[in-house]
Amino acid sequence: MSDFPRWKYALVALVMLFGVIYALPNVFQPIPAVQVTANRDAPPIDQAVRQKAAAALQQKHVVAGEVIVSKDGHLLATFANSDVQKTGADVIKDALGDGYTVAFKLQPTVPRWLTAIGANSMPLGLDLQGGVHFLMQVDQDDVIDKQETSYADDIRNLMREKKLRYVSANRNAGRGNGIAVAFRTDAERNTAADAMAVAFPDLNVTNGPDTDGHFVVTAKVKPDKLRELAANTIKQNLGTLRNRINALGVSEPLIQQQGEDKIVVELAGVQDPAEAKKLIGATATLEYRAEGGSDAQAAEAARTGNVPPDARLYYERGTGRPILLSKRIIATGNELVDATSSFDSQSGSPSVSVTLNATGAKKMLDFTTGNVGKRMGVVYVERVVDTKVVDGKEVRVPKITQEVINYAVINGVFGKNFQTTGLGSAKEASDLALLLKGGALAAPTDIVEERVIGASLGQDNIDKGFKAVMLGLALVLLAAAIYYKLFGLVADVALFFNLVVLIAIMSMIGVTLTMPGVAGIVLTLGMAIDANVLICERIREELRNGCTPHAAIRAGYEKAWSTILDANVTHLIAALALTTMGTGAIKGFGVTLMIGILTSLFTSVTLTHAFTALIHGHRKLKTLSV
Amino acid sequence: MEIFNHDSNIHFLGMRKYTIAIAIFLMVASVALIATKGLNYGLDFTGGVSMVVDYDQPVEIADVRAALEKGGLDHAVVQALGGTREVSIRMQPKDDPAALQAADGKVNLDRIAADVTRTLQAARPDAKLKSRDYVGSEVGAELRSDGTVAAIFVILGIMAYLWIRFERRFAIAAVATEVHDVLVTLGILALVQREFDMTVLASVLAVIGYSINDKVVVFDRIRELFRLARKAEPEEILNRSINNTLSRTIITSLFTGITMGALYFFGGPVVHGFAITMLIGILVGTLSSIFVASPILLWLGVSKKDLMPVTKENPELARRP
Repeated sequence: MSDFPRWKYALVALVMLFGVIYALPNVFQPIPAVQVTANRDAPPIDQAVRQKAAAALQQKHVVAGEVIVSKDGHLLATFANSDVQKTGADVIKDALGDGYTVAFKLQPTVPRWLTAIGANSMPLGLDLQGGVHFLMQVDQDDVIDKQETSYADDIRNLMREKKLRYVSANRNAGRGNGIAVAFRTDAERNTAADAMAVAFPDLNVTNGPDTDGHFVVTAKVKPDKLRELAANTIKQNLGTLRNRINALGVSEPLIQQQGEDKIVVELAGVQDPAEAKKLIGATATLEYRAEGGSDAQAAEAARTGNVPPDARLYYERGTGRPILLSKRIIATGNELVDATSSFDSQSGSPSVSVTLNATGAKKMLDFTTGNVGKRMGVVYVERVVDTKVVDGKEVRVPKITQEVINYAVINGVFGKNFQTTGLGSAKEASDLALLLKGGALAAPTDIVEERVIGASLGQDNIDKGFKAVMLGLALVLLAAAIYYKLFGLVADVALFFNLVVLIAIMSMIGVTLTMPGVAGIVLTLGMAIDANVLICERIREELRNGCTPHAAIRAGYEKAWSTILDANVTHLIAALALTTMGTGAIKGFGVTLMIGILTSLFTSVTLTHAFTALIHGHRKLKTLSV
Repeated sequence: MEIFNHDSNIHFLGMRKYTIAIAIFLMVASVALIATKGLNYGLDFTGGVSMVVDYDQPVEIADVRAALEKGGLDHAVVQALGGTREVSIRMQPKDDPAALQAADGKVNLDRIAADVTRTLQAARPDAKLKSRDYVGSEVGAELRSDGTVAAIFVILGIMAYLWIRFERRFAIAAVATEVHDVLVTLGILALVQREFDMTVLASVLAVIGYSINDKVVVFDRIRELFRLARKAEPEEILNRSINNTLSRTIITSLFTGITMGALYFFGGPVVHGFAITMLIGILVGTLSSIFVASPILLWLGVSKKDLMPVTKENPELARRP
């Protein structure tokens, strides 16, 4: 058959080769390993550490594959299965002590020449390898609250600077309703509104209602700005979570934005979910605030409940001593660059050394310059979310704990670097330093979904999934070969390569393989054969109509093509919709289905055509085996 | 080998009064079932806590339930997960008052899981916790709206494509049949009260894809026969199209059915719901391709002249200088 052009043969051969090479890495299963990283204050990992770990393993009769020091300075120990891995990790943890972080890892075994050309195995989803999954929701309300409060402050400052007299400047009731500034005269209001519009381009300044002689200006944060802030908040939270999780020593964590305000965190392998949750769920931050009143005033305020207008009442951690601090925040945890735990050189008590970024440093410098000798308080803000059941519905109530952890006289002018002392223990100092270094979350984040999948369940799923794919494939191959004979066999080759190319593409673009993804693969295989059924039925029909074998093949492929195209495009539309779903599992299924439809278009039509042409091409045919 | 007589000429459209009546009845019954019995939404949709517990020896569901009730966990939903040694337990966090109090109202999955394991082990020491999940109810609400949006997107997308490639009547007939398929599939799920979770939702959406595939093949043949035939009697053309594609329709359904059967029997509990939904969808979709889609098309009044000019002549006209 001469109407099958040579370049198409070449294309088919190339695609087959590509499929085999890029699907190959999946044959090399990663092996369970334990990765040890030295903490900041511990001696780095060297041969001595390696020997210590190896000896401990040997002593406890834990069989390790190999114990090596990797190029990037980690200690790696491989194990035969996840059970041994778990015991191995415990033994190593005991042997090396607190200075090291021990984490579970899957060590890839893909040969270097494959990874060099970008061929990697498909990452496995949690349902296939076990692990913990958290879905976290970022509280965007808090972003609006913070913005409006801070703008209210800024507006008051502006009025003072420009010497504009105002009656009041407060947030309107209801979140997102802006800040209302009241003036005595219309003229004052207009001047102030102009000044505000110039000074704060991100605010929409409008005249509000005039009530009992007060002229009101309403300043609202522009929706664009709010959207931008929300996006930045998510981005910052993602970064923060990444830092915190890296501190856990987990290898290859997945930290992704999902939808508008959610973040997925997946930690593969056997982890301690409680520990992970504690670290990623905590929202602790520091606020540096100026003194807001004397001790006597504070005691008075605590007793009577009358707090001075520009101050807030706090209590000291541990002692419960009432402290008045200014409402204005000097610097917050967001402006913090680095925090390390150490011991205070003077008192010997645990402390945290803090480094601020430029804006934080400038604010701190400005403040301390004029306030040496005054006191400054450090407020530790921790947020926990309560879930209460009200009228049968779950309601989340954030509970915010604010404690003064340090209240001391400012000893000198400082900006970028300073120390926070007064922490309870060395452990508390290092915990706080870790949290602060990880960065404060820009907005509070709640865990709204949590899944813990045992590693054995993962292996179980892999085994079952593999069995289902192989059995499904085998049955269809058999059925096609029986029903369509030689053409069925050609379709079988195509179906097999469809699986190979599908896996190759999924591996190349790094689609995470999950159980719904496996279902997608199986479904794709079942439906990919449809194109061949269409072609074979068509060829049979043409033969019955009296066509010669060659003409029947040609007509069969030609006439079936438009049907195959229409059927696949409509199917593709359905698969596309699945990929738009926010949820990871359905998305994975949709992506698999979509790639599968595209690969099957090629393998079922072009690839089988090439094979058919190759088999029947130069021979005179009386009959076709179809 | 051939299973189907290629000369088959069953008068499918002759039965159209009955088949459409049955289809309408099934749809109404499905809507009624969904409205009265409702879908048995899984954890993904309702929110709550879910655990998978393994036993070394076979266990009766009733025993697990009794053990939980004894421990004060009355409202837990217990289901077998394919086999007699693995059970799934679902509950709302508030069903474990002890854990709720201890954590001051905060959902404490670790605590709930520990409570359940302890309760079960009191009755059967061989009970082992395999996995545990917690899902907030907002996630479910989002999933539900996402699913609805996706389904509407699919239906509109397919309608637009068929409208352009075929003709308005084909688009309407396809979408009407599509709605029938989805409703009946959901109706069967409501009838047998199979757990409706995320994978089942994915499966329902995949059913739309599968069944449209089936209809398009028949429609394609209808278009071809209309164009070829000199004297085109719509009923005769439609009937011939169904008969011509009958063998393909059934063989493809069988092949896809085989793979889904393999997934159902060997794929494990995670994909059970997916596979069974797909099998139901394949059956419904295949039957509706044969008995429902074409009668609707006939009823909408499809004719030869609607199909002639669109794709055949325009390209040739365009090529002329």
